[in-house]
Amino acid sequence: MKSIQNIGLGIFLIGLALFTSLLFLGNYKLTQEEFTQFTSNKGISSELFINEMNSKVVGKDFSTTFSFSSEVISIIKSSNKIHEEKQEWGKKVWGKPHSISYELIKEAGKGLIKENKGLFWWLTFGLGIIGALLFIIPNVIILGPKGIKNNGIFLNSATNRGWIGWFVFVYLVGFYLLLYFRPDFIVNWTYVVDPISESLSGNLASQWFLYGFLYCTVMVVMGVRMYIKYRHNKYQVLRTTSVLFFQIVFAFLIPEILVRFEKPWYDFKNAFPLDYDFFYSWSLDELIASGGLGLFILIWGIVLTLVIVPVMVYFFGKRWYCSWVCGCGGLAETLGDPYRQLSDKSVKAWKLERWLVHGVLVFALVMTAITLYAYFSGAEGVLGIKTQTIQDIYGLLIGSIFAGVIGTGFYPIFGNRVWCRFGCPLAAYMGIVQRFKSRFRITTNGGQCISCGNCSTYCEQGIDVRAYAQKGENIVRASCVGCGICSAVCPRGVLKLENGPEQGRINPTDVLLGNDVDLMNMVNNK
Amino acid sequence: MEHIVIIGNGISGVTAARHIRKLSDNKITIISAESKHFFSRTALMYVYMGHMKFEHTQPYENWFWKKNRIELKNAFVQTVNHEKKELVFANNETMTYDKLVIATGSKPNKFGWPGQDLNGVMGMYHKQDLENLEKYAPDNKVCKRAVIVGGGLIGIELAEMLHSRHIPVTFLVREKSFWNGVLPEEESAMINKEILENGIDLHLGVNLKEIISDAKGNAKAIVIEETGEMIKCNVVGLTAGVSPNVDFLKDSGIELGRGIKVNRFLETNVQDVFAIGDCAEQHKAIDQRRPIEAVWYTGRMMGETLAQTLCGNKTEYKPGHWFNSAKFLDIEYQTYGWVWAQPRENEARFYWEHEDGKKCIHINYDKNTREFIGINTFGIRMRHEFFDRVLTEKRNVEYVLEHLADANFDPEFYQLHEKEIIAKFNTENTSNIQLKKKSWKRIFSTKA
Repeated sequence: MKSIQNIGLGIFLIGLALFTSLLFLGNYKLTQEEFTQFTSNKGISSELFINEMNSKVVGKDFSTTFSFSSEVISIIKSSNKIHEEKQEWGKKVWGKPHSISYELIKEAGKGLIKENKGLFWWLTFGLGIIGALLFIIPNVIILGPKGIKNNGIFLNSATNRGWIGWFVFVYLVGFYLLLYFRPDFIVNWTYVVDPISESLSGNLASQWFLYGFLYCTVMVVMGVRMYIKYRHNKYQVLRTTSVLFFQIVFAFLIPEILVRFEKPWYDFKNAFPLDYDFFYSWSLDELIASGGLGLFILIWGIVLTLVIVPVMVYFFGKRWYCSWVCGCGGLAETLGDPYRQLSDKSVKAWKLERWLVHGVLVFALVMTAITLYAYFSGAEGVLGIKTQTIQDIYGLLIGSIFAGVIGTGFYPIFGNRVWCRFGCPLAAYMGIVQRFKSRFRITTNGGQCISCGNCSTYCEQGIDVRAYAQKGENIVRASCVGCGICSAVCPRGVLKLENGPEQGRINPTDVLLGNDVDLMNMVNNK
Repeated sequence: MEHIVIIGNGISGVTAARHIRKLSDNKITIISAESKHFFSRTALMYVYMGHMKFEHTQPYENWFWKKNRIELKNAFVQTVNHEKKELVFANNETMTYDKLVIATGSKPNKFGWPGQDLNGVMGMYHKQDLENLEKYAPDNKVCKRAVIVGGGLIGIELAEMLHSRHIPVTFLVREKSFWNGVLPEEESAMINKEILENGIDLHLGVNLKEIISDAKGNAKAIVIEETGEMIKCNVVGLTAGVSPNVDFLKDSGIELGRGIKVNRFLETNVQDVFAIGDCAEQHKAIDQRRPIEAVWYTGRMMGETLAQTLCGNKTEYKPGHWFNSAKFLDIEYQTYGWVWAQPRENEARFYWEHEDGKKCIHINYDKNTREFIGINTFGIRMRHEFFDRVLTEKRNVEYVLEHLADANFDPEFYQLHEKEIIAKFNTENTSNIQLKKKSWKRIFSTKA
């Protein structure tokens, strides 16, 4: 069994190495025809740009995306600079330089990879999936009889911030930086998923399609790991199935299929303010222009945030979203599960969390208020703050860096819920509802706690669960996403996630059940 | 303001200190030679198993003590001089007190086996035992086999620990079946099976004769008393129970039995000296309990109670209904009320076991009055509050079975077995009990 695992690990690493090496491979040669087509599609009228491109890029051979990209970027920058000086706004090449470069490279790529997309899919995704499954599935036997088997987690450098953890951290951060800021470098990755994209939406794959597909793949593979690890625990099995379903169907398939029917790309479960650009003017315009379905989406999005989310949180706690439906949560609960013990449990971290997460919520609401005001009034902004500027800042700091680079990249260092705990504005909103008006709580079973600390250690949200349990007190915390792992790892059956009456939900106690009844009455009813 | 000195920073001493602080402004000092900060002893096993780091076993962050003005003293108390109200430490320093709380816990039993002090022979109780284990049994290359002597809760935990690092384990149990002095036959048999299924080499009904040394003073084998069989090993775990850690009080004038003799107010024979937790021995056992209770929960309860007395509200130690819990490899165990290993004359039993052999419940009730006396539950979690109320209200066994859905504490979506359980009871007793649907109203009425 162990040797099957080792073979699996080997295959996975080969797949990963090939996947990574794709960044450095390929031939890129932009033909005249392709370039002309591109400029006319984009409506680019800058002769400066076109001439420079014709002389320096078109028809030339490039061996990496990096050299191609740097040439294109410098041409865009230099020509735009001149247009800006001359105030020729109509001629300026608009858009993010690396996105333009991406589109050009996507066309320009030639040769092996582009002609053998299927083969390269197998050599990268295929080997990765097969290797990972060969590594994961033998655990059915290796881990022994079903039950909590956290053996060796703090002795393993992959899960105790050892060198493997740091390696994964660097790799993930690098991946997110490329994805958000250098899409033109990862064109080869998008080639291998082109056939899948075409079969769904009819379009070639963008970096976001690549990301969506990779996301689903990683979740499924690591979901298999969850099924094996928690196969004795039906709550975990159902929850894992639920996040996989919502990710694959709602976040991936339905939006792509909508695009095929020339409808707006929309994830029906992605609620504002997590879906922070829902009220951006381009989004509203697109929805309004999309007829009945667009209007439905518009109303759905508003009802989802204002009615469905809080009502569901009232009945079930925010777990219904965070650990059963949400895509970020879904990744955290699958890919992130091996890292849950790394979240900081200190009171200091809790203080930081409250400032940050509510700060982001306020930021999102203020930005949206300005956006909507500008949308309806036609103004460019409010009080001298330009809508575009504040949206750009939010998109960069929160949307890309916080949610992506830090949120997932930092899994192996700060645990798997960094974004959900410190950054997600939707989580902050639901947290407020959960704390003050909800039926959800984690019940502490009388006096049974032995303060062992498994619950706190494995809480991905950094809640010091034991601090409540050892006082016989129920856990009612804004940040709890109801993953249920504290209850799963408890060796004494102390914790149970429940939706019950609001009365008695918060029950501070000094003397625990099991002691003298008179003493309990005297101390606890003071 | 008085100076209250607590010897021992386990659950009893720390609970007492916390409650004293809540109730008063007294100066509090906790003395420990084992570790600077309070940790959960029951969690030490998880550190070796790699589930946690040692710091995770500490229920309070390190700033907690200073903030609550609880002074921590790292020292070993050599003697107590109660006439001068003074402690003498191993380094001859002294400390005076106004009130002294002794909460020194237990130490592992050693029964004078030849070789019991060799290298690689250890108990599993102190933080230092954990360090020893890391030294002598870091993996299955250094430790080719470990032998555990003594079949109680610590024994099976140590077996699980070593097993988690793939070290072959031989488990010597004196009794004919695991922990059958406490567990009824059926549950005990279930745990025997669980131990064997995990690949642990269980020997029942055997005693240790001696531990054999190699040339360097390391344990290299053990010999079994009954069979004379020799088993090679590198580590021997001695887990044949614990006894109060009170040797340092021998000539102190504080009355000792096996532990420190205390009355119901947890007072010793000496004015202003108290004892709580594992090291305290009641003159007369309370209800059905033992005079010495080496259990986490009772240690905590004594701490809660004594703090009242020390802060001017003299309170008798009156523990409520008995409860306890443990985990045997993958099988969780809870008990509420009393289920003796052997039924007493007035008692009848009802036993149900799931077909997978990993879940069961065992109910003990009075044959004549049908009053519910206690329940053992394995592999199914139950609500403490439910059974505490049932015991207080002296409900009968039928009531308990009818309301079994209220009692269940398993995670959501777990398969429930109440119907099957009740069907079995009905068949055996030709009764017609109907399961009531779970009711939040009833569950919450249990809260005072």
